[in-house]
Amino acid sequence: MTPDQAQHAIEEALAQVAPDVDIADLTPDTDLRDGLGLDSLDFLRFVEILSERSGKQIAEDDYPHLATPASAAKFLAGR
Amino acid sequence: MPALGADMDEGTVLEWLVKPGDEVHKGDIIAVIDTAKSAIDVESFFTGTVERLVTDVGQTVPVGTVLATITESRAQPAAPPAEPKGPERPTAPQPPGPPAGLEVPERPRPATLRKREKKIVAAEQAPPAVTISPLIRKRAHELGVDLAKLRGSGRGGAVTRADVERAAAERQREVALKPPSPAVSRIRVTPLARRVAAELGVDLAGVTGTGPGGAVSEADVRRAAALVPEAAPAPEAAPAPEAAQRPAAAAAARSGVERALSMRQAIGRLMARSKREIPHYYVSNTVDMTRSLDWLHERNRELEVSERLVPAALLLKAAALAARKIPDLNGYWLDDQFSPADAVHLGLVISLRGGGLLTPAIHDAADLRLAELMSRMRDLVIRARAGRLRGSELTDATITVTNLGDQGVESVFGVIYPPQVALAGFGKVTERPVAVGGLIGVRPVVVTTLAADHRASDAMTGARYLTEISDLLQRPEEL
Repeated sequence: MTPDQAQHAIEEALAQVAPDVDIADLTPDTDLRDGLGLDSLDFLRFVEILSERSGKQIAEDDYPHLATPASAAKFLAGR
Repeated sequence: MPALGADMDEGTVLEWLVKPGDEVHKGDIIAVIDTAKSAIDVESFFTGTVERLVTDVGQTVPVGTVLATITESRAQPAAPPAEPKGPERPTAPQPPGPPAGLEVPERPRPATLRKREKKIVAAEQAPPAVTISPLIRKRAHELGVDLAKLRGSGRGGAVTRADVERAAAERQREVALKPPSPAVSRIRVTPLARRVAAELGVDLAGVTGTGPGGAVSEADVRRAAALVPEAAPAPEAAPAPEAAQRPAAAAAARSGVERALSMRQAIGRLMARSKREIPHYYVSNTVDMTRSLDWLHERNRELEVSERLVPAALLLKAAALAARKIPDLNGYWLDDQFSPADAVHLGLVISLRGGGLLTPAIHDAADLRLAELMSRMRDLVIRARAGRLRGSELTDATITVTNLGDQGVESVFGVIYPPQVALAGFGKVTERPVAVGGLIGVRPVVVTTLAADHRASDAMTGARYLTEISDLLQRPEEL
């Protein structure tokens, strides 16, 4: 996944999980769980969508990489 | 209009999913109702044929109002003993004539108003050729029989007293969502059952008695309450009759602002009632989550994201199992006494993005495998936020759980949802120094709390409940 694709995937996943959030307000360092108020189920769905989009296995141990849009994009684009 | 939760006193029909003549089964979704808190899919309480849609799309009506009439299938064992049926009893479609008059006697009402309104009956709708004596009219009024539909068997087609009484008996078979109240006087009901029915908002006309001679017992009422539970609670919630017919501007769900306001008001009324009536006591405990989380982590490692469990699933399952083990906390406080529930339907506090909350129930949560509980939980959250919950999900909870762990707080002491008697709370799982075997270690812990109704139980019982949860969480593989 290119960084652009990753960014796009993250925005789309957030739009589904937290439709009330304005993506424009999102900074690269917004904490997704605390900042956007995603609960554990929301977050799981977020991970699920990203995993589907990227075709990448995302283990529980990888969750910390998905804490912010910037770190998530890096994680999805990397490896 | 069923009470979709103890905090609801009126609702708006957003959409009908059935029309007259349609066959419906118990549990089928037949309408979408907008309440103060959310749009809700309402299920049929009966199997039969839709006779008439009484409440129009866009109408806002109080709880208890007849939404539609459904003729129950003959196959239903619930049907009262057979009675010779008039050969040409007119049913749907409605005969022409002012339908407004017809609807009046069926309009539901707060119990206190029933007597007064009973006299408004559509007697003048009788075909002009038929003679009906004032006495018969009076009897028909008492029984709530619509004379316009009667075929007289007396001389010259005159309607006799026997005709009226036969019709009244037949009418019992035509069970409406909320059947007309005049029939109540004819049903034998034990005093306790009557009180419980009043508390639960169960219309006795819709209850099938299984007691001696078909009398309605308390158990019958409670069974029926499982279908239409927790109706309009306190008298102050009883809607004014003139509010009954307020036409909504359009059959649209409320706007965001209106929704936020009505949501706060509904929550406010119910919570104020809870704090006014329920003497809460509180207990709390700190539970070592090491085993549970290790087990969970190990299990999730092998699974696709969609099949993974979150810690909340374990907490909910433990809360449900403990509720089954400590039945004094699982049920309702009604009529000055505790009435245990025979299943554990776990109410789940779901906060809505944008404010407010809903508390749908996971049915039989104690019997569900973890994976199943997890998928129900996910499904409920999605549907709660999309406004697609079912009525039964909002009315059946026997104990409620609030899990604020995701919001970062350590503990939450909740307010009980009347008429339930307990609410369990879970905080955030955090790492804390814990002394184990004389040594200090860092372990993940969660603070569990219980708010319980002191009328129904004592703190000793609450303590046993939390201890049980703690024990269960030490054996996650058995959850």
